[in-house]
Amino acid sequence: MRHNPDAGMSIIVKTVTRLTVGLILLFGIYIVLHGHISPGGGFAGGVIIALSFVHLMLAFGKDVASRKLSKNIASNLEAVGALMFLLIAVAGFFGGSFFVNILEKGTPFKLFSAGTMLLNNVAISLKVGVGLFAIFLALVILEGSKKKK
Amino acid sequence: MMIYLLCLILFCIGLYGVLRKRNIVKIIVGLGIIEYSMNLFFVLLGYRTHGRSPIEARTENVLNMVDPLPQAVVLTSIVISLAVTALVISIAIRIYEYYGTFDITKIKRLKG
Amino acid sequence: MELYILLIFMIFGAIVAIEARDLLSSVIAVGAVGFALCLAFLVLKAPDLAITQLVVEILCLIILIRATINRDLPLAIEGRWFFNTVSTIVFVAVFLFFAYTALKELPAFGDPIMSVVKRYIEQGTTETGAVNLVSAVILDFRAYDTLGEATVLFASVIGIMAILRRKGRKKIEEKEDAS
Repeated sequence: MRHNPDAGMSIIVKTVTRLTVGLILLFGIYIVLHGHISPGGGFAGGVIIALSFVHLMLAFGKDVASRKLSKNIASNLEAVGALMFLLIAVAGFFGGSFFVNILEKGTPFKLFSAGTMLLNNVAISLKVGVGLFAIFLALVILEGSKKKK
Repeated sequence: MMIYLLCLILFCIGLYGVLRKRNIVKIIVGLGIIEYSMNLFFVLLGYRTHGRSPIEARTENVLNMVDPLPQAVVLTSIVISLAVTALVISIAIRIYEYYGTFDITKIKRLKG
Repeated sequence: MELYILLIFMIFGAIVAIEARDLLSSVIAVGAVGFALCLAFLVLKAPDLAITQLVVEILCLIILIRATINRDLPLAIEGRWFFNTVSTIVFVAVFLFFAYTALKELPAFGDPIMSVVKRYIEQGTTETGAVNLVSAVILDFRAYDTLGEATVLFASVIGIMAILRRKGRKKIEEKEDAS
């Protein structure tokens, strides 16, 4: 991970961030995937995923974080999440009407159960997480451009 | 009944902040307090005494659950409130950049 | 009983947040109110809401602190201070009176009307296959709500991008034409 040593916070914060940011991202993905069998779901998991990138940006400065996930890619991914949610909704027409659960239900308490709910959770988490990260990126880029003047 | 009244007092504090304060950040803080009190009010309406959280257990048949419908409505409302707060904050930052102040009575020049 | 303590704490935190002199302590006080709300959700048996409120509060606090830091202004009190305060308090008192009369019509605390939700609770797991009934409601029974929420979030992100961009599109095109 090459970066400018002057940007961001002190070396203690950077070392701890390097250790914890992957765990935070993994916890967010866990919360999203287990949304239908335990507390959590797409909204909470999406915000945790956004927080992991915000954590990276606060510790290392905006260049490292925007190299991992730039603003254009973030906008496109958010649109992909919205379209995926809408596509799952439209696919319900195969079963009769809008938003019908067309996949089979499976047995409760298993990870692959509840039909389209898992895909819906993934779509919502993509949308919420990347959308909130794009908001934060826009705010930070504005601050940086003003200091240069 | 008493707990609804406390929730209403929290709402009124936020309303006072929105109506009386002249700093834009104080107005945003007041809006946030109003959102908190409304979310709490919805969840209070669905609470059942000695109820359990609305998640099925593996071994027993849970019957006395609390109402899951207000919780589902509030779950979307929380995320929307974050997006709305970010939108209002960005407008406030632009106003500060343009006029150099957060005071709403000083913003009088109307030019594009 | 825990709920009363948490609500009284939230009311004091809200008063501090509204009346504090500098903006940073006001923002931190509203963060304290949000975390108390998270605890209140846990007491009210809503773990989904507690997780969401916790993480949303952290992100909200980061955005508010970044917006208000280095921008502190002394609050000047001038003009018709007495008239403004009295008119605001009268308005809030009238609102409180009417809302109190409306509260008398509500069902008692701890005894909700569960006419719609009875079917969700009895048959939710067999109809949708999901164990978490809040997930079942937002993604299966009432997915239209979630679609509307996604639309609002999308519109808000587009609005922030439009407000916060550095240059207008016109200026960029003019510069490209000139060069």
